[in-house]
Amino acid sequence: MTPFPPDEPREEAARRFLAALPYARALGLTLVALGDGVAEIAMPWDDRLVGDPLTGVIHGGAVLALMDTCAGTAVLAHASAPTRTATLDLRIDYMRGAVPGRAITARAECHHVTRTVAFVRATASDGEGRPLATATGAFTVEGSAEGAA
Amino acid sequence: MRPPPEPVQVVKSRRDAALERLAGGVPFVGFLGLRFDRRGDELTAVLPFREDLIGNPLIPALHGGATAGFLECAAVVELAWTQMWEDMESGRLPPDAPLRLPKTIDFTVDYLRSGLPRDAYARARVNRSGRRYASVHVEAWQDHRARLFAQATGHFLMPDGEAG
Repeated sequence: MTPFPPDEPREEAARRFLAALPYARALGLTLVALGDGVAEIAMPWDDRLVGDPLTGVIHGGAVLALMDTCAGTAVLAHASAPTRTATLDLRIDYMRGAVPGRAITARAECHHVTRTVAFVRATASDGEGRPLATATGAFTVEGSAEGAA
Repeated sequence: MRPPPEPVQVVKSRRDAALERLAGGVPFVGFLGLRFDRRGDELTAVLPFREDLIGNPLIPALHGGATAGFLECAAVVELAWTQMWEDMESGRLPPDAPLRLPKTIDFTVDYLRSGLPRDAYARARVNRSGRRYASVHVEAWQDHRARLFAQATGHFLMPDGEAG
């Protein structure tokens, strides 16, 4: 998918939004790109996030937090401009362990929004080509301009 | 004649040491500040509240990712703990070899209500545990045991089931 044209004010708002979330700060999450209903967020390597000391693979819970934050940001970046969102459910599939020492980037796409619910797909990658995890989620929507359910 | 029962302190220290070996070696467990309360074989994961677990500072509510990580840790540790129980009790646990943890295949989290800015608790139940795969359900609550704020189900690959 081609990137959406840059939308500076919205991107700044998303950066501010991320910086205001204490847990996102604790994980070091930063916004990489933002489009219409699309967000890309990176999580730097941090050895405190390792889940398996034998392999040095990052814990799934940290990847899940990255995916959840990225998915929520994609919802807020949707054209219907919801003012608030919260995760209803999120399913993550772990295809492989992340390569130790690498940053992980998630890309989420909010592909459908009704008056009350937003649907999101996301993938996470460490630059190795194949994604390391995919996720699908349903999010609450408040203040959306979208009419049809 | 039956041998005398083990002294209670011997039993307790063996189980606590095994649990510490299991959970204490996982950096992410320390990152979250997670600890495990043990009553016999029953584990309760406890997530003491900290400001940096907040997701939405306006409400304020626990970050959904923090909640999910908490649930996943509780599920993995419960599964590994259940697996090692027999070996631990019969003294067959290798004393030095690192303990291998199950790998998460998938994890589905239901967010039922906002996580409040206070301690959270979780208990996991192994619903099915085969040679290769296991299915684990986990429930989390804060003030009231019956009022869950999140629940999750995950599938896991057992450490010894990978080869086959």
